Amino acid sequence: MSAKHLQCESSPESRIDTRSVSEPERVATTHSGASTLIACHDCDLLHRLPERKTGLLLCSRCGAVLRRQKPDTVERSLAWTTAALILFILSNSFPFLAMKTGGLVQETTLLTGIRELWKQELHGLAILVLLTCVLVPLAQMLGLLYILVPLHFHRRPVPYAGRIYRLVQEVAPWGMMEVFMMGILVALVKLGHMATIVPGISVFSFGALIFVMAAAFSSLDPILLWDRLDLRR
Amino acid sequence: MSKSAATALELGLVNCHDCHLLVELEQARRHPHCPRCGAHLHARKPNSLARTWALVWAAIIFIVPANVLPMTVTTTLGAKQADTIMSGVIYFMQSGSWEIAAVIFIASVFVPFAKLCILIFLLCSVQFRWGWRPKDRTSLYRLTELVGRWSMVDIYVVTILVALVKLGAVAAIEAGPAAVYFAAVVVTTMFAAESFDPRLIWDVLEEDV
Repeated sequence: MSAKHLQCESSPESRIDTRSVSEPERVATTHSGASTLIACHDCDLLHRLPERKTGLLLCSRCGAVLRRQKPDTVERSLAWTTAALILFILSNSFPFLAMKTGGLVQETTLLTGIRELWKQELHGLAILVLLTCVLVPLAQMLGLLYILVPLHFHRRPVPYAGRIYRLVQEVAPWGMMEVFMMGILVALVKLGHMATIVPGISVFSFGALIFVMAAAFSSLDPILLWDRLDLRR
Repeated sequence: MSKSAATALELGLVNCHDCHLLVELEQARRHPHCPRCGAHLHARKPNSLARTWALVWAAIIFIVPANVLPMTVTTTLGAKQADTIMSGVIYFMQSGSWEIAAVIFIASVFVPFAKLCILIFLLCSVQFRWGWRPKDRTSLYRLTELVGRWSMVDIYVVTILVALVKLGAVAAIEAGPAAVYFAAVVVTTMFAAESFDPRLIWDVLEEDV
């Protein structure tokens, strides 16, 4: 969290002047792995990467986050991802809510909810929930572990590491565990009027999982990772 | 806008969408795949405006049945009750749990409509080449990317209710037809936000200077 305070907007000098980019610099950017230039993904403005080890680099024109650098990025994200995987297994093995009415107790896990939707002929909806709450987060965690473990032990990048990391980035908007957590809370209050609702172990592990996943992703430095996963080397 | 700053495209470079490697435009034309990560290379997202318009229109069509048809059908002791999104919000307001009413209203009604309005506004602003506050429009775009996912809350609530409340004749909740349309709205608006290219906002400014 301390890196948040190191926030420093890139100074106007780090913007690239059309006339100031020398041909060798341009060639170096496009042909070597470690680039000195970076283009903003939201407005395409070129910036020179400063020689700073930690901090937050923002686009000087539109304010987009260009790079977030933290010390020990591989180790940190590896630790958070491992923790996330354990919590994920916990969250899917135990019921998250139990409803008591009279003598009846009805428990539900994430997967039984999805199966119930499937039984009601809502196949598309069942697949959507399965994807956004189970498969996408699981794929993200396994993909990150697959890439980070060899990097941590200073081995050569594993086969298809670049392709898998690209996939992890592309599916990111579709992992919606934190929204599901909100859904659990709403359902909890909603049913509170009708019956006694007992939150299960899963609610707590799920709650923790959201923060752990967020930490895992915010400790990643894609620019550094891409430098090390370069397909051409 | 100062004229001295340059964009990647002005210098003949293409920014890889996935790994942010800068590739020469010429090389990208000959071989349209990123040499570092293998992603498809494009200077701007292909057919960004047409795709986004199409998805926005699809979402506008889906949003009508999503709000008119019932989201859940509750059976209590033989009596059936169908609830739309708005009737659910009103029920919670009247029964005193205004927090839940607010959450459902914001996530299921306000966010989808606001997102569609913002996307239409951004599309028009690029199409009619407005130069108005580009930085704020880029922030608006980032906002739509960020909040769109939260509309899924209602879908998840329905999933949980359906799984939990099945006490045979006493009480049972079934998902209504609106659930499918509502999920379609969320998915199409998410794809629409993804296919819009915020760099178009800035391209207009540079071309008009």
